[in-house]
Amino acid sequence: MSLALPPADIARAVIRISHEILERNSGPSNVTLLGIPTRGSHLSARLAASIEEISGVPVQNGTLDITLHRDDLRTRPPRALSPTIIPSLGVEGRDVVLVDDVLFSGRTIRAALDALGEIGRPRTVQLAVLIDRGHRELPIRADYVGKNLPTSPSQIVRVAFTELDGVDSVTIEDGPSL
Amino acid sequence: MKHLLSIAHLTKAEAISILNTAQELAKASDGPMKKLPTLRGKTIVNLFAEDSTRTRISFEAAAKRLSADVINFSAKSSSLSKGESLKDTAQTLQAMGADAVIIRHGASGAPARLAENRWMEGSVINAGDGTHEHPSQALLDAFTIRKHLVRGGEDLAGLHIAIVGDVLHSRVARSNVLLLTKLGAKVTLVAPPTLLPVGVKDWPVSISYDFDEILPTVDAVMMLRVQLERMSEQFFPSAREYSHYFGLNSDRLRVMKPNAIVMHPGPMNRGLEITADSADSARSVIVEQVKNGVSVRMAILYLLLAGSSEEIRS
Repeated sequence: MSLALPPADIARAVIRISHEILERNSGPSNVTLLGIPTRGSHLSARLAASIEEISGVPVQNGTLDITLHRDDLRTRPPRALSPTIIPSLGVEGRDVVLVDDVLFSGRTIRAALDALGEIGRPRTVQLAVLIDRGHRELPIRADYVGKNLPTSPSQIVRVAFTELDGVDSVTIEDGPSL
Repeated sequence: MKHLLSIAHLTKAEAISILNTAQELAKASDGPMKKLPTLRGKTIVNLFAEDSTRTRISFEAAAKRLSADVINFSAKSSSLSKGESLKDTAQTLQAMGADAVIIRHGASGAPARLAENRWMEGSVINAGDGTHEHPSQALLDAFTIRKHLVRGGEDLAGLHIAIVGDVLHSRVARSNVLLLTKLGAKVTLVAPPTLLPVGVKDWPVSISYDFDEILPTVDAVMMLRVQLERMSEQFFPSAREYSHYFGLNSDRLRVMKPNAIVMHPGPMNRGLEITADSADSARSVIVEQVKNGVSVRMAILYLLLAGSSEEIRS
């Protein structure tokens, strides 16, 4: 197991992504952050706090559960659902930033795009992730990346957040050898 | 969990997970797009050997909102009325590739027989069997009670619920007694002695013959339908006397706790166990029970059918 991102780097990445979101969307007024549970929602809460601190304006922040739209449901035991919380202004005509901890195959984001399409029609949909570990299986890319982390497909990337795990860290473990 | 045959088979944790899942699915149903792709390609058969409006339509709506294909199969318009056995029917459904069968049957234990005999591979969901159980109704009742009366908690600890009327013939009452007590509520059955089953003293409930005495202490009152079609003898002297002692009316509504709710699984005999003005009063959540039924049944179908039956580790 190796530490890929210490707490200070995670904090820096959050601040940098916040600046990038503000720059690209000319301020926070039309931005809606939607975190994908579980750790994506924690990251999106941090981004929301950071964007508010930088711009002085609160940003719309919610969560989007994608479980019912997953394409791997039938290969695993049933999953518990997490809450979907759409902020007060909805998604119609907004610049929605989907937020997740790790971008890997891209299938979670595909499911998120489907889930989002059921709620409304945003003006744009952007993607922010803390870690891009490569190995995409779908034509999906992130607009904001905390860190690109070269991995082998069998490795496991674990993101820990203080709120859930007591510590901020990103670690890489060797998975079962293939 | 592969089948839903009875509340007795559910653990408290499983019951709570069904309620929590239903809560999230209810939000999805309130959105502009009601249809979810989750059960696309799954075939669900509604096998109703007994009449039903609410339960059948509710399961059908739940299945369709999750994009499953639904085949309705009612006894009167099928070979069941020509005397086809349950086994032959099951094998037919298996041959057609049913992933789940939702069965209502007049014989207690018919769903268990269907599930245990391996005549078919799909999941079996009990939608009411004889006077045994009606698990999805109990789950939607618990969901409705939790939504109205519980703040913050997951179970029903501390609540007092009265189940009133024809307990003897009621599968709804049996499932509710099991589920509500499992979730920590105190349950009191209120009925004339003739309408209580043999052995009721061994149930985890209190029994009262005096509706007026118990009413000021309850958080929810669940009125049961007097099942005249199952009554081959005289269980009470007259409808008027039954209403007088065990019917819910506006005078009784007045003595209830301020936020107590009135429930009925339907169909109602208006004027017998419940007066029209009580059924339509502000305390009544009877119509909402029907709405919640769809969310709860979506949760049941999701948890039984969406995942793989075997645990696969990635």
